[in-house]
Amino acid sequence: MNSLLSVTLPGYTTMVVVGSTTLLGVAAGIIGSFLLLRKRSLMGDALSHATLPGIGIAFAVMVAAGGSGKHLGGLLLGAAISGLLGVLVMFLIRNTTRLRDDVAMGLVLSVFFGIGVAILGMVQELPNAAGLEAYIYGKPASIVASDFKLIAGMAIFTSLATTLLYKELTLLCFDENFARSQGWPIGWLDLLLLTLVTAITVVGLQAVGLILIIAMLITPPTAARFWTHNLTTMMLLSAVIGGVSGGLGTFISAWAPRMPAGAVIVLVAAAIFLASMIFAPAKGVLARRFRRRRLRLKVDRQHLLRAIYELLEAEQAPSSIINHSIPVTDLLRKRTWSKVEIERIARLARKRGDLEPPSGQELCLSESGFGEAARITRNHRLWEVYLVTHADIAPSHVDRDADMVEHILEADLVRRLEEALRRSNTWVPVPDSPHRL
Amino acid sequence: MNWTSFDTWLVVTAALCAVACALPGCFLVLRKMSMMGDAISHAVLPGIAVAFIISGSRDSLIMFLGAAIVGVLTAVFTQWISRFGHVDRGAAMGIVFTTLFALGLLLIVRAADHVDLDPGCVLYGAIEFTPLDTIEIGPVSFPRAALVLTVVLLLNLAIIALLFKELRLSSFDPSLADTLGYSSQALHYLLMTMVAVTTVAAFEAVGSIIVIAMLIVPPATALLLTHRLIPMILIACVVAVLSALLGHLGALTAPSWFGFEATTSSGMMAFAAGVLFFLAWCFSPSEGQLIVWLRHRKGPRDLIPPPEIS
Repeated sequence: MNSLLSVTLPGYTTMVVVGSTTLLGVAAGIIGSFLLLRKRSLMGDALSHATLPGIGIAFAVMVAAGGSGKHLGGLLLGAAISGLLGVLVMFLIRNTTRLRDDVAMGLVLSVFFGIGVAILGMVQELPNAAGLEAYIYGKPASIVASDFKLIAGMAIFTSLATTLLYKELTLLCFDENFARSQGWPIGWLDLLLLTLVTAITVVGLQAVGLILIIAMLITPPTAARFWTHNLTTMMLLSAVIGGVSGGLGTFISAWAPRMPAGAVIVLVAAAIFLASMIFAPAKGVLARRFRRRRLRLKVDRQHLLRAIYELLEAEQAPSSIINHSIPVTDLLRKRTWSKVEIERIARLARKRGDLEPPSGQELCLSESGFGEAARITRNHRLWEVYLVTHADIAPSHVDRDADMVEHILEADLVRRLEEALRRSNTWVPVPDSPHRL
Repeated sequence: MNWTSFDTWLVVTAALCAVACALPGCFLVLRKMSMMGDAISHAVLPGIAVAFIISGSRDSLIMFLGAAIVGVLTAVFTQWISRFGHVDRGAAMGIVFTTLFALGLLLIVRAADHVDLDPGCVLYGAIEFTPLDTIEIGPVSFPRAALVLTVVLLLNLAIIALLFKELRLSSFDPSLADTLGYSSQALHYLLMTMVAVTTVAAFEAVGSIIVIAMLIVPPATALLLTHRLIPMILIACVVAVLSALLGHLGALTAPSWFGFEATTSSGMMAFAAGVLFFLAWCFSPSEGQLIVWLRHRKGPRDLIPPPEIS
């Protein structure tokens, strides 16, 4: 009965935890978007390890000052300072050496973590030191109201800062060099972004733990990236995904027995990521496959029609080409098609009504197919003419170059090419090929 | 300071581990995958959990197998996500290892009724205890960890020596490797398997910090000192050995400066590696900060920036 009640009417504690993880997901989703674009997704990982020396030192200092040492504010301050120091070192390595971001992050992570372990090894001798690490690297279930306030404040601050500096941060992510040439203080902006990341990481570390905060900075933005090409949309979506994973994950873990909230949140986010990666219409794997396949079929069909048209053209006077059937063997000689391939493409063209029904070893264009073939050949020739006259491409090479773009020529572009030809008085229904066929 | 044979064995074991990690680490750094060691250190949890749930025993060989398989899977999944989803490698790595860790945590908590498994201390050894766990071979007794790490080191050495040309080619120019008929995919997976097996074996023997640090810091230090691959690998090995030695010396001496008695050697070894990196950063004869500053003072800075390699 008790557990049933807590499902329908979540208690105050559950609401605080759900609110905190949701807000943290939103804030991390926003900041993570910038990290993803700057290819620094693992920054949260490096930073969260880099906080360890600060925690150890803060503890030792507070004990030396006469306290118990386990004062949360002091430890968090130590963690933040040490994290910021880590960021500065990363920044320095990146800007003064040939080493790239990943090496800088790995260096800071391992060396700082090593120092932290060494310091913790020393302060173990102090009284009250047991469980220091567990004390600072929290679990979502242990979030209390004061944590909620801290997280909420942090989330609001982060959202505000990114909104105010949206233009500058976007510029930093997409074209650092351009931004620098425009006189923006790139170094400071970069540091500011990393400071925001540090703040989120330290707050998140304490509230929800190491792995969860790393995942929250990476997974939602990466999932959002599959849905859109627009940064604003991506950031909003990332914030929503982060919030939903946080809230939903906490609910599931509160509802089902023995499901640690941190793990469930990470898994919910991962599930959203996987679904996005496969099914998202903008950049998902399936959509991409589908588009590529459609383009290939289109290109194949156009090649077949043009090949038939050019064979017809070769044996007749250019002014009056009459449609008749062409032996498959001639086509085989024309392009590097195999017999099976030709049959596959011919089936496709027949379905579209470009070819007459099958008649043995010959292919015959239908009436509409003949017109379509003339149009495709004409596009190809137009493009070739354009490349020869305007792009200085040798006639012997132009066939391949034209081939690479003609299939994606838009109607509008074709019209403009035609106009250019008309102006130069070279207008013909299907221009002659500039090279030997 | 009181140096005993215990300390000697500890340093030898750590040095073996450091070199075994630095070897594949050079290629990781060149391929911009430095964070792989850290990723694997978190990701192996479900492997351990499943191995434990299936076998019901805490036999280290079965644990090792489970962890190594998941370590390789981490690399495979990362590669899939970054290839098929066109996702940045770092992000792909982050998603994979956090998800695997969460999965492992869930498995352990769900199975906590009938198993007794502390995720923190199943796999992770501690360098301080390695000299105590010995195996007798003839008249001499060796630490078990030293033997395991020697085998790993020799394996890594053999693979790199045999496939040096191919690994170098695919690290610097994967497309050229593919056109010449050396599958850069296959080489990538081979390298990742090597990294996974090395890290897992070393975690089990000496703990995770030394491994993560030695995969990255010695190669990065070497990269500041040379532009050529073979010298880079050699320097990385030297830095690795020095880190182990200096780290342990530091662990014996440094705590007393602050009024403490002792600390962990593994943390100090990572720190020592960091110090060596810092020295290279300052005093590298080709691109150290000192020489850059001197050049800068002598005349106007070169208009052409140095070539970016990494």
